[in-house]
Amino acid sequence: MDTALILHFLSTPWVFLLWTTFLKSFIFLNLTIIVVSVTVFAERKVSAFIQDRTGPNRVGLPLTLLGAKKDPFLWGLGQMVADPIKLLTKENFVPGGVDKLYFWLAPKLVMIPPILVLAVLPFGSSLFGVEMTIANLNIGVLYIFAIASLSVYGITLAGWASNSKFPFLGGIRSSSQMISYELSLGLSIIPVFMICGSLNLNEIIDWQVKNGWLVSPWWPKGFSIHDLLHPAAILHSFVAGVSLQRILLWIPLMISFVIFLVSIFAETNRLPFDLPEAEQELVGGYHTEYASMNFALFFLGEYAAMFAGSGAIVSLFLGGWSCPLIPDGSQGWFWGLVNIGVFFVKVSLMLLFMIWVRWTLPRFRYDQLMKLGWLGFFPVALFNIFLTALILAFVRN
Amino acid sequence: MAIVVERPKLTLAEKFYLPSIIAGLAITWKHLKRAIFNKGIVTMQYPEEKWDANLPEWYRGAPTLVTDEHGREKCVSCQLCEFICPPRAITIKPGEIPENDKWRKVEKRPQEFDIDMARCIYCGLCEEVCPEEAIFLRKDYSITGLNRAEMVHDKETLYKLGGVKSGLTFKWNELK
Ligand code: SF4
Ligand code: SF4
Repeated sequence: MDTALILHFLSTPWVFLLWTTFLKSFIFLNLTIIVVSVTVFAERKVSAFIQDRTGPNRVGLPLTLLGAKKDPFLWGLGQMVADPIKLLTKENFVPGGVDKLYFWLAPKLVMIPPILVLAVLPFGSSLFGVEMTIANLNIGVLYIFAIASLSVYGITLAGWASNSKFPFLGGIRSSSQMISYELSLGLSIIPVFMICGSLNLNEIIDWQVKNGWLVSPWWPKGFSIHDLLHPAAILHSFVAGVSLQRILLWIPLMISFVIFLVSIFAETNRLPFDLPEAEQELVGGYHTEYASMNFALFFLGEYAAMFAGSGAIVSLFLGGWSCPLIPDGSQGWFWGLVNIGVFFVKVSLMLLFMIWVRWTLPRFRYDQLMKLGWLGFFPVALFNIFLTALILAFVRN
Repeated sequence: MAIVVERPKLTLAEKFYLPSIIAGLAITWKHLKRAIFNKGIVTMQYPEEKWDANLPEWYRGAPTLVTDEHGREKCVSCQLCEFICPPRAITIKPGEIPENDKWRKVEKRPQEFDIDMARCIYCGLCEEVCPEEAIFLRKDYSITGLNRAEMVHDKETLYKLGGVKSGLTFKWNELK
């Protein structure tokens, strides 16, 4: 076979789809794992700084083991590698009296859903004409909700299988928390669909590219680098972006944003809603009995969920990979890479925000959380839908 | 007189949490910003910086054995400390003082005296119970070892750590 034939085979539509998808999945999965370990490190470092400590600052490259004179000082960055190695090499202890099957199954069930969610996140515009979404689903957002809530099964099973009361309480809390939040999570972004007219994350981002991010929906229309040279053009595009409808729509969108943000915190079991693993009350919650790699899977699941949640927030409300003045990938591979960079920068900022919130707020009490979910966010989210509908129906421009 | 504590009425803003959440975020941000530039860090970098100079007089570190100013082992191996030690860290093998020894009248001294530092809880009961004032908790606190055997302090180590303690009881001295 000569190269031309192989190239031809590789570019037949379905083969092309197959191998690009595999490649994208492979790269994105590895990126996710890197993001997770960096996030864990950032979490430790930021928490230390917030509490006036230094945080991990020792681990560097152990070059002295290989005969070098001195270990290079890396501000503790080696911790990112040291932590996984430690977890991998520890004894995987399984306590007696656990339900073996579910005990082993639970960590996997926690880890898989967030990673599946990543499949529909558009992490870039396009590169060499290949769009940077692993699966361009028309029901992208619905898919996220359907899959993301599955991880509660893992948590509940872990609590049940551990045959120990604190994990059990953690598992129960997790499911009741999920019920109180999932509803407002889903309802809160219905206004987004009403405005963008699509459930496809790519189309939602396209809408945001044209009309401005959903948290500030009056972006200059068709603003580009060339416009910078003509002040009149800038002014014109601003005026074109602002209309009465947009200003009014901003109110329900902000409400959506806040509810969605808070619900994502609850969804990812982050403080102030980390009731399933409340260390002080439940000795670590659902993963109390887990050790080593089983525990690491929970850890990975939690942080991957943070990553997926931030990705969802960024895609839905913060413009995804788009950034004003930066063209999309159709202008050349360079801009495609820049778009991917923009997405990751936004997600990192979002993750930093989550960490920051975690080390600021105390934990909600159990009943307060339920009350906030059912009596606070649920009605507000419902009302928000009607408000959006009214604005869309009666304010035309 | 009964004191009634008034519950403060929350304003609408307070009920919404959001303003106080933002205020809290501002506070933590201030600390974060300061600590990134290594200012206002309150913790100590342990092995490099130590607090040893500030240890209080009554600090309870590792238990040690002491000799008096004549170089006599003060312990008479009565084994009271062995009995009282809550985690049973002390093991003593009593021995007799030979006939020709200067301190023959004391009769006994330990042949072997082991304190398992992996077990010791630094409670100080051994020091409390000792009738001879022979065992003291000193200021050593970083007792490390690579295995369990290394964590056991034998008689020699205990005397080395303890050193001489003078000016206490003199009941075994010659009558003046
Ligand atoms: S150290 Fe004190 S209590 Fe313990 S055996 Fe010696 S004399 Fe007795
Ligand atoms: S300090 Fe307490 S635990 Fe330690 S040897 Fe003495 S009696 Fe035992």
